[in-house]
Amino acid sequence: MTLDLAMRGQMIEVVTIPDATIRAQAIRLGIYEGAKLICSEKLPAGPVILQNRMQEIAIGRNLAKKIAIKAL
Amino acid sequence: MHCHNPVCTMEIPEGARKIVLAGNPNVGKSVFFNALTGMYVDVSNFPGTTVDISIGKYKDDVVMDTPGVYGVSSFNDEERVARDVILFADVILNVVDAVHLERDLFLTQQIIDMGIPMVIALNMMDEVKRNGLNIDIDLLSKELGVEIIPTTAIKKEGMEEMKAALARAKVGNRIPKVKTLMEKVVDQVDVDAEALLVVEEDENVLERHDLKNQYGNREEIYKLRRNRIDEVINAVVTTTNQGASFRTKLGRWMLKPITGIPILFVALYLTYQAIGVFVAQTVVGITEEVIMGQYYYDFIMGIMTRLVSETSFIGQLLIGEFGILTMAPIYLLGLLLPLVVGFYFILSIMEDSGYLPRIAALVDRLLTGLGLNGRAIIPMILGFGCVTMATITTRLLGSKRERFIATMLLGLAIPCSAQLGVIVGLIAPLGGKIVLLYASTIFVVFVLTGTALNKIMPGESTDLLIDLPPLRIPVATNVLRKTYIKSKMFIMEAGPLFVLGAVVVTMLQYSGTLESIMDTFAPVTEGFLKLPKETAQTFIMGIIRRDFGAAGLNDLVSQGLLNPLQTVIALVVITLFVPCIAAIMVIFKERSWQESALIWIGSFVISFLAGGVLAQLVL
Ligand SMILES: Nc1nc2c(ncn2[C@@H]2O[C@H](COP(=O)(O)OP(=O)(O)OP(=O)(O)O)[C@@H](O)[C@H]2O)c(=O)[nH]1
Ligand SMILES: [Mg+2]
Repeated sequence: MTLDLAMRGQMIEVVTIPDATIRAQAIRLGIYEGAKLICSEKLPAGPVILQNRMQEIAIGRNLAKKIAIKAL
Repeated sequence: MHCHNPVCTMEIPEGARKIVLAGNPNVGKSVFFNALTGMYVDVSNFPGTTVDISIGKYKDDVVMDTPGVYGVSSFNDEERVARDVILFADVILNVVDAVHLERDLFLTQQIIDMGIPMVIALNMMDEVKRNGLNIDIDLLSKELGVEIIPTTAIKKEGMEEMKAALARAKVGNRIPKVKTLMEKVVDQVDVDAEALLVVEEDENVLERHDLKNQYGNREEIYKLRRNRIDEVINAVVTTTNQGASFRTKLGRWMLKPITGIPILFVALYLTYQAIGVFVAQTVVGITEEVIMGQYYYDFIMGIMTRLVSETSFIGQLLIGEFGILTMAPIYLLGLLLPLVVGFYFILSIMEDSGYLPRIAALVDRLLTGLGLNGRAIIPMILGFGCVTMATITTRLLGSKRERFIATMLLGLAIPCSAQLGVIVGLIAPLGGKIVLLYASTIFVVFVLTGTALNKIMPGESTDLLIDLPPLRIPVATNVLRKTYIKSKMFIMEAGPLFVLGAVVVTMLQYSGTLESIMDTFAPVTEGFLKLPKETAQTFIMGIIRRDFGAAGLNDLVSQGLLNPLQTVIALVVITLFVPCIAAIMVIFKERSWQESALIWIGSFVISFLAGGVLAQLVL
């Protein structure tokens, strides 16, 4: 499934991220293929927030639709 | 040595080491810089506020501050600046936010891989305990192979140890495989560190050395680095959890629309009360009307009328209606300065607290309709302070398309604090309905223009991917220092333009040109906009600065030339009118001349069109 379908509070693993530039930017923030993160918040039709310990990243909904994940 | 890096041209004293501060955004680099050099730099909490590098001296060495970056590469302007400074450092002082090791150590390991000697300041140690984290610093130091000094920069804890450690900077544990890759290209670059960027496929570094992108594997190297860092962190960090703190919860509330929108409105309401009511009415009432309008005016007139006749050309130039000793300083210091100070004060608090990125996430959904993403809210908010400055920050947007849309919207529909102050003063007494009419007209033009540009412009906009920093209570000294610097910059920039404006308008008036321009424009002004022809003079003033134009409008209203509805129409036109001279100069620098000309003419046409349509509707 894709990241926009993750539920709030769910633990997920990132499977694929499209586009090399986004992959390079995301990996620096701790989001990469194989990373296990928590979907800590979802804004209605808006960004999905991913959390790793104290680190939080907001990802726009359109991008979230392109990121494949699996639920853990 | 031959050198391809712009930093090489900077003057560095013989024998001085270059100590470079590097780190992620908002980790405290600038606080360290100040501690080392004692010189002032901008201290702030929003990614990318230190756009320029600051240079100072520490003992015999040179210290440089860099913009905060998540890695050394060239995804945006800040990164390119930071990259060039880091590449040529003799010693790196890497400031790391101890609460965000997952994020920060990526850059740390990258600099280690470059092979530059470094010391780590593990900052924000005060927050480590509060968040129930435990970091094995000795083990971390052993794993990375460099010295680590725990610090709490704002309390000056660990600063002396950090200074002493600079002499013991050394190259850390490089990832073996990355080192092997670099060795293949190291003879093709000026300094060894550049070899890393060659194998990481950095386009600028490749281009500088006339290299083809054939050595690299950025993706593989990044993965190796990520795995290495995650391994280290798992070994050194333990969580002694104690549930979400109040700050974490508040941060969450700011994001969720159901609580975030009310919080945003409260923040905006407080801002309005502080700036629109307290500063614009109470403070300005004293500074403009009493201090400048009476004491200063009487003082300057007392002196000047003895020297020149008020009706002569020189008299008009100096102390006339638009005199450079009368109108210019009275508006600049009495009216605009208090407003600008108030605005920058509030903005500094928002920046330093970490609220801005949360607003960006909250409004992301709305801005995607205009071809922008949530990040664009930052230039927009800055635009309410100064459109010129905001235009520069459009650089942080991800694509050319977004930068054009944001620049156009800024130049068109965002009134700067100076202008807004005059507008609030004019419109507030006219009542709620008029205020609503004005605000909704501007809003509609903003949305329509953005939507139209999003439809017609080719290409695609980028999506939001933003780090949400922890909320922090702003430090008063930082906020005040920043307010002071920004306000000073405003006066230095606006002052000369105000004087220029005063001279131009006086000359036009004295030579009778003003009269003939007003007559030429009369069909538009009177016929289409349904305003008295004198309003044209405020538009001419508005070409120089929009707040100057708005100030001129202030004059017409106090002469009783405009009724409330006409005031709104004139305000709509002057708000949407062309960007001020300073802003358009920056636009020309940032964008191509075709785009800039389009923005200028576009604003001109749209402002009159919007004003005209409104006039036809309401009058
Ligand atoms: N709690 C706490 N706050 C700190 C500490 N050090 C710095 N800060 C605060 O962190 C914020 C950011 O500090 P800056 O020095 O502007 O950070 P920077 O790394 O220069 O930021 P950019 O230039 O924007 O990348 C400021 O509000 C500081 O007051 C610390 O040790 N503890
Ligand atoms: Mg800084």
